[in-house]
Amino acid sequence: MHELSIAISIVDTVLKQAEAASAGPVSEVNLDIGVFSGIEFESLKFSLDVATKGSILEKTVFNIHRVEAVAECPTCHHLYTPERVFSHCPECSQPGIRLIRGTELQIKSLLVEQNE
Amino acid sequence: MCETCGCGQGSNPVRITKPGEPEASPHHHEAHSHGHHHDHDHDHDHGHSHDHDHAGQRLIRLEEDILSKNNLMASRNSGYFEAKGVVALNLMSSPGSGKTTLLEKSIKALEGKRPVAVIEGDQQTLNDAERIEKAGAPVVQINTGNGCHLDAEMIRRALEKLEVQEHSVLFIENVGNLVCPSLFELGEKHRVVIISVTEGEDKPLKYPTMFEHADTCIINKIDLLPYVNFDLALVRKFALTVNPHLRIMEMSAQTGEGLEDWIRWILDLKP
Repeated sequence: MHELSIAISIVDTVLKQAEAASAGPVSEVNLDIGVFSGIEFESLKFSLDVATKGSILEKTVFNIHRVEAVAECPTCHHLYTPERVFSHCPECSQPGIRLIRGTELQIKSLLVEQNE
Repeated sequence: MCETCGCGQGSNPVRITKPGEPEASPHHHEAHSHGHHHDHDHDHDHGHSHDHDHAGQRLIRLEEDILSKNNLMASRNSGYFEAKGVVALNLMSSPGSGKTTLLEKSIKALEGKRPVAVIEGDQQTLNDAERIEKAGAPVVQINTGNGCHLDAEMIRRALEKLEVQEHSVLFIENVGNLVCPSLFELGEKHRVVIISVTEGEDKPLKYPTMFEHADTCIINKIDLLPYVNFDLALVRKFALTVNPHLRIMEMSAQTGEGLEDWIRWILDLKP
């Protein structure tokens, strides 16, 4: 359940950034989470509910954008979608993998109410 | 949830204690004042994404790495280790792989060669810290409460209590768990994953993130090989499939077989 630590970290960052931008209430938070980031999506959703309960982010919508993996073969530079973090290149069959996408763990943006 | 520290129980469940110390109650708030809880039955079912400003709303682009706070603290720890000439090793494994026995034997073997200090991580009890203290090394126990891993901030707090001598080897025994600790850097020089021959050979395939993030792998309890159905060559193959750069050492911490290589490796490490 490291997703709870991740959720708490998201909440901390969102609160800090919203304050720094003198923003009003945060209506949405957009997250990019890669399929190979080591995060269980369901667990993260649950953890965000727990981490925001009773806080000013309780009503905030967290949009979790799932980023599919893209790998490059280190040998023949073929781009493909790997099923696992370790695999063989479907083109040249060499082992090894360089992940270009799929390990994202990022807060992309916040949608906030304007403070009049 | 407490909004000040983000803890789950209205008080921080993480305790940092030295053996023999009265039970620590390290919660850092002066007072808790929580707002009332609303019971909105709130359906978060909006699937749309916003890329533009709405009337009265504004989009703040962040692109901030969620782990950046932990990574920043890890860098700070790492700087502290470097300044003191300390080599920190983060030991990770499932429960019962023999981490604490490995530490007991390593402390004895390093005696007179290099100072050793230990940070122990467990959800509960001071049992491991007491074993380490008996083995003769200064030790601090982190009890994570419900937490499944150590993070860089816990290490920073533990370092305030632990007198780490210059040029020490600092062993950090993470919470027994092959999943969660892999994502959290602590400021360590090396990440060591330990598996024992009483586990399945396919552990590296089942928990690839851990083996991918580690740089060193100890296969422990090899004295039990005659009694268990465990294929050393196969586990090596699986581990190297996940991480071709993994340094693998075979060992029985209990009998001392293979311990020499491990100690020699540690003594050669530069901070």
